[in-house]
Amino acid sequence: MSNTVIIDPVTRIEGHAKIAIELDNAGAVDSVRFSVVEFRGFEEFCKGRPVWEMPSLTARTCGICPVSHLLASAKAGDAIMGVRIPQTATRLRRVVNLGQIIQSHALSFFHLSSPDMLLGWDHDPATRNVFGVMSAEPELARRGIRLRGFGQRVLEAIAGRKVHSPGIVPGGIANPMTEEIRSELLTNLAEAKQTAEDALGIFISMLDKFDREIQNFGLFPSLHLGLANEAGTWENYDGHLKFVDAEGNTVADNIDPTNYREYIGEATRRDSYLKSPYFKPMVAPGEDVNIGIYRVGPLARLNVCETMGSPLADEALAAYRERAGGTANSSFFYHYARLIEILACTELMGEFLEDETILDTNVRATAGINHRHAVGVSEAPRGTLFHEYSVDANGLLENVNMIIATGQNNLPMNATVLQIAKEWIDGPDIPEGVLNRIEAGIRAFDPCLSCSTHAVGKMPLDVTLLDHEGTVVSSVKRG
Amino acid sequence: MVDRRPTIHVSFDGVEYEAFVGESVLECARRVGVKIPSLCFLEGLSVWGGCRVCVVEIAEGHRLRPACATTCVADMEIKTETPRLRAYRKSILELLFAEGNHVCAVCVSNGNCELQDMAVHCGMDHVRYDTQAPKREIDASHPKYIFDPNRCILCTRCVRVCDEIEGAHVWDISYRGESAHLITEMNKPWGESLSCTWCGKCVAVCPTGSLAYQGRAIGEMEHDPAMIKRLAVARNRHEWLYPEEAK
Repeated sequence: MSNTVIIDPVTRIEGHAKIAIELDNAGAVDSVRFSVVEFRGFEEFCKGRPVWEMPSLTARTCGICPVSHLLASAKAGDAIMGVRIPQTATRLRRVVNLGQIIQSHALSFFHLSSPDMLLGWDHDPATRNVFGVMSAEPELARRGIRLRGFGQRVLEAIAGRKVHSPGIVPGGIANPMTEEIRSELLTNLAEAKQTAEDALGIFISMLDKFDREIQNFGLFPSLHLGLANEAGTWENYDGHLKFVDAEGNTVADNIDPTNYREYIGEATRRDSYLKSPYFKPMVAPGEDVNIGIYRVGPLARLNVCETMGSPLADEALAAYRERAGGTANSSFFYHYARLIEILACTELMGEFLEDETILDTNVRATAGINHRHAVGVSEAPRGTLFHEYSVDANGLLENVNMIIATGQNNLPMNATVLQIAKEWIDGPDIPEGVLNRIEAGIRAFDPCLSCSTHAVGKMPLDVTLLDHEGTVVSSVKRG
Repeated sequence: MVDRRPTIHVSFDGVEYEAFVGESVLECARRVGVKIPSLCFLEGLSVWGGCRVCVVEIAEGHRLRPACATTCVADMEIKTETPRLRAYRKSILELLFAEGNHVCAVCVSNGNCELQDMAVHCGMDHVRYDTQAPKREIDASHPKYIFDPNRCILCTRCVRVCDEIEGAHVWDISYRGESAHLITEMNKPWGESLSCTWCGKCVAVCPTGSLAYQGRAIGEMEHDPAMIKRLAVARNRHEWLYPEEAK
């Protein structure tokens, strides 16, 4: 008899999801479905709103990475205004994004994923959490929390608030940076950098214990997408789109983000509110979209770039590539890549803050509505984020499309969960530690499900109403 | 300058004061330092009495009256703060919030909004009524200003200031009851208005984020209703006329 194992909700991720594992008659894993069961509506209710409001409006998609939405939206706003924003505004936006990546990655590693690695996959679930880490490794937990606090403080200091900051606007930044803020951030940056280095060291020292996880947490060939620049350094704010394959060969490069639709298709599934983007040129109409599977986020960014652009992170990148055998294709390495990115963020932030021009007061360009269509792209902590707007002559939104990093990792997350389930599940009796590994496979991607299910009106949905005897009273179908 | 108008006695919450004959309860209260909340009232403009936030209790019958539109009479006993009044004011604010789309977090006037301040003042921490979530079209056709009717509370300050101070009369209210809404220039888009002088007085007096400057992001709009008082006082003193005209 076939059997289904349901994990609902998946814990220690941002949002609500469930995993259904179908077992065959022999008790072996037949198929796996990762479904997102929460529902948003941003693309619909943003219509009719002024483009000036869009950064703050779309930032509400998420409480963890609102800055990514603020940046992508403000960049789309810049393009609609047709302005080249002041250089200092670009630098401040970059510093804000670095702060955002630090805080989000710190949350992912220290709060959500480190309990598995430090305490063990089979540790008692009651204490396999950040509080358990606080008991076992109080100093590390404290520093992890302080690191996240530093990232949050960067957002507050430059953009006005830790969450849903109002200071990132179409045309630039609302307020220039003061000398007090600059020296405060520079003072606290040293500890953040040290924490990033130490966390990376601890992770590397543990890696040998995780050989089986490295081999089975989503080790499969796929494309990787990230922003890239002319210098080939790690990019998180501007530049063009670049796809590389599992061997690191360039598949598509120098793609203007405005043309993303030529390269990215979006498939929908009946049982999830999460869309499944894929690399369009590889998938013929009617073919399985898994042929065009690609990953985004820290793993993909480190595969796309040539160097990190900062000395310590470059050293770490060299060691990482040696360990991964060139291009990293195991989703377990998301954690590793994330820690290298934190280190790079602290180094690059120091460079920006030490430059006197960061205090320039010309931080905002003004203009009316000069273009009717624009795409804004930035690298969110979880991967490449697209905001595409069409406006009327007065700047009111006519159409909105948002492609979120977690959505782009949907196919890889399903593939990861299937691989883990096949490796660890053998028969109908499934230990809790195995279920935790399956969840951890999802956690490696650091998904943000509230972001990724921002759409409305497009998802297929079946609703069936049953009475107490199980008879169908009514059924509504959409899509 | 000593005001020589004849006076009468009134009491606010049991304390006696002198009111000028013909003075409204709200004017008298403000002059003597008794605080009565208000929303649609704006010194320098005519009285509208539409929002009912300034409601007070009068005499033994405890009749409810809008303080802005009630004239003081001799020995009037006025109560400004009672549990009943607080409940009414709170309900009025809840109805205003429920009727439009007042989402402070993403509003251009967040932090600079009289409706928001009033809600805080009256302790309105949630809305008990079903929100209507209307879908009203924004008018962004004006080159300098933007009108979001979703945030309009129909206080008519814009209508009054445009008519009474600027003399252009661009704004009006069309329809009635729940269909009532602001229009510009006989229901033409604001940007096509020939009578609008772009003076911005309507934007200055708007108590919410309904009227704002183009290009302002969240929380960046600051209104200046006190400007109208300055203008009205100047007009009463003939300060903006040539000396020969003032004669």
